[in-house]
Amino acid sequence: MEKVMSNKLVIALYVLPSLLLIMGIIYMPIVLTGYYGLNEWNGIGKMTFIGLENYKHLIQDSTFWSSAFHSFELALFSGISLIGYLLIALVLSGKIKGANLLRKIYLIPMLLSSVAIAQLWMKIYHPTNGVLNTLLMSLGVDNPPAWLAEPSIVLLALFVPIIWQYAGFYILIYYAALKNIPESLMEAARIDGANPWQIATRIKLPLMSEVIKVTIVLSVVGSLKYFDLIYVMTDGGPNGASEVMASYMYHKAFRSFDFGYGSAIGFFLLLVCLVATYLIRKATASKETIQYS
Amino acid sequence: MKVAAAPGYNPGRVNERKILQGTGYTLMYLGLILVALVQIFPLVWLLIFSLKNNQEIFNMAPFSIPAHPHWENYVNVWTNGNIAQYFVNSVLITAIALALTVLLASFVTYAVTRMRWKGRSFVLGLFMVGLMIPVHSTLIPLFSLFLKLHLTDSPISIILSYVAFNLPTTIMILLGFYYALPKEVEEAAIIDGCSVNTMFFRIILPMTSSVLATTAIINMIYNWNEFIFVNTFISSDKYKTLTVGVQNFIGQYTTDWGAIGATLMISILPILIVFLLLSDRIVEGIAAGSVKG
Repeated sequence: MEKVMSNKLVIALYVLPSLLLIMGIIYMPIVLTGYYGLNEWNGIGKMTFIGLENYKHLIQDSTFWSSAFHSFELALFSGISLIGYLLIALVLSGKIKGANLLRKIYLIPMLLSSVAIAQLWMKIYHPTNGVLNTLLMSLGVDNPPAWLAEPSIVLLALFVPIIWQYAGFYILIYYAALKNIPESLMEAARIDGANPWQIATRIKLPLMSEVIKVTIVLSVVGSLKYFDLIYVMTDGGPNGASEVMASYMYHKAFRSFDFGYGSAIGFFLLLVCLVATYLIRKATASKETIQYS
Repeated sequence: MKVAAAPGYNPGRVNERKILQGTGYTLMYLGLILVALVQIFPLVWLLIFSLKNNQEIFNMAPFSIPAHPHWENYVNVWTNGNIAQYFVNSVLITAIALALTVLLASFVTYAVTRMRWKGRSFVLGLFMVGLMIPVHSTLIPLFSLFLKLHLTDSPISIILSYVAFNLPTTIMILLGFYYALPKEVEEAAIIDGCSVNTMFFRIILPMTSSVLATTAIINMIYNWNEFIFVNTFISSDKYKTLTVGVQNFIGQYTTDWGAIGATLMISILPILIVFLLLSDRIVEGIAAGSVKG
């Protein structure tokens, strides 16, 4: 048994192809991104080593800072919207008829590609023919805004389809976690006279803390690297008002052919994501693990 | 208003609470249905306008159904342009990447959980850290790497990237399942003179078929909707997938909303049909994929 299950050749055959693949497609590129960031390079010609120049430039680049700020805003919005998803899941996990059907309906937008969602919402937001402004005008609003063309509201207008896309996903995660809590615990609390609010805050939330942590990491890191929807809907516009870190990187590398600078942004994005993951994990670390099974 | 329940039995109070809960229940229920409507209405609107011509879209009420649905919108976009080609590419790339990912991930998970060797937790760690790496931070080096290997504008670059970036999630979902497999099966097989390979293909893979289906569905949703890799690596129409093809195609139809609607519907229908057929499995799969993180 021992001998068969520690056959080196079989282990190598099973593990090496995948390992080489993630080394070549994930890990080596990250190291290279860090290295390219130290160079001036148009992607095809000669690479010139310039040390930390790109990073110095990054610190002084106001467009970069505003794009980073927009990414942080999106992360903050997403973090806050988790509270809403949690409330919906709490209600849904109570004895509600059709809960299964509802959570399936909530999930549908999550299945669609960002391009389809972006195109659909561009039509919804269309200033004259979109369904939103058609409804607003029929309600008597004379000059409804051109949602995606106004710098002051474009980020919020982009955030609505993002919520729409991911709501079902987070509700589903919370719902699954709530359904894993044994009913006997709630029963006992009820007999002791606890009301629904106390049961939610004193029993359900503490027992879901691990899952809540995971969703905070997912939504914050997901927002920091958000790209597809913004790229299609506004391409960072109007006038950079919806530029985020990933779109700025893409524009610098694949439109301006400044691959060195683009790589510096890409590396910064990687660091921000890793630091955010670490900080959230640390800030939400519980001193004791709660077990109920 | 105090809602805290008294431990002692008090008929008047219980009655009052019941009424309160009744109204609360109805309000919560209405809220849940409202959320469901918000999730579903943009898609209903999309379906409706895909069956109208421009005149009907701009002059009729947004949710009114045309007397004579323009099914020819679908025929036109399918026959003019490359939608059929994009569709075939999407199916092939999605299927090949999915099959490779599920097989490779099964190999790795088997070797890591059931076989005995040094460094297996380190290798597993490498795959799990991959979960946190933003795709964008690898994009520039991957582009130049594929350029050097003459793999840009080739489906191979896309498939390799999908497999690498899907391996971590897939392994994560498989892990718990593999840990829970009973040891006795392996012992019996080895006593019968079974080799590791025979055991893996004849016994382990069939035993994990239900969780394999779950991971396959999650891979399918990701591969079908992926945008940034195809948009960056592929330039000729011959190899574009539906997501990117749709984006370019719509660029030619900026004014014909019916055609745009039909194109979007074609791009999302396969996923919606799979969802309608397998929704339970998808819902469980997404929950399993994230809760265990």
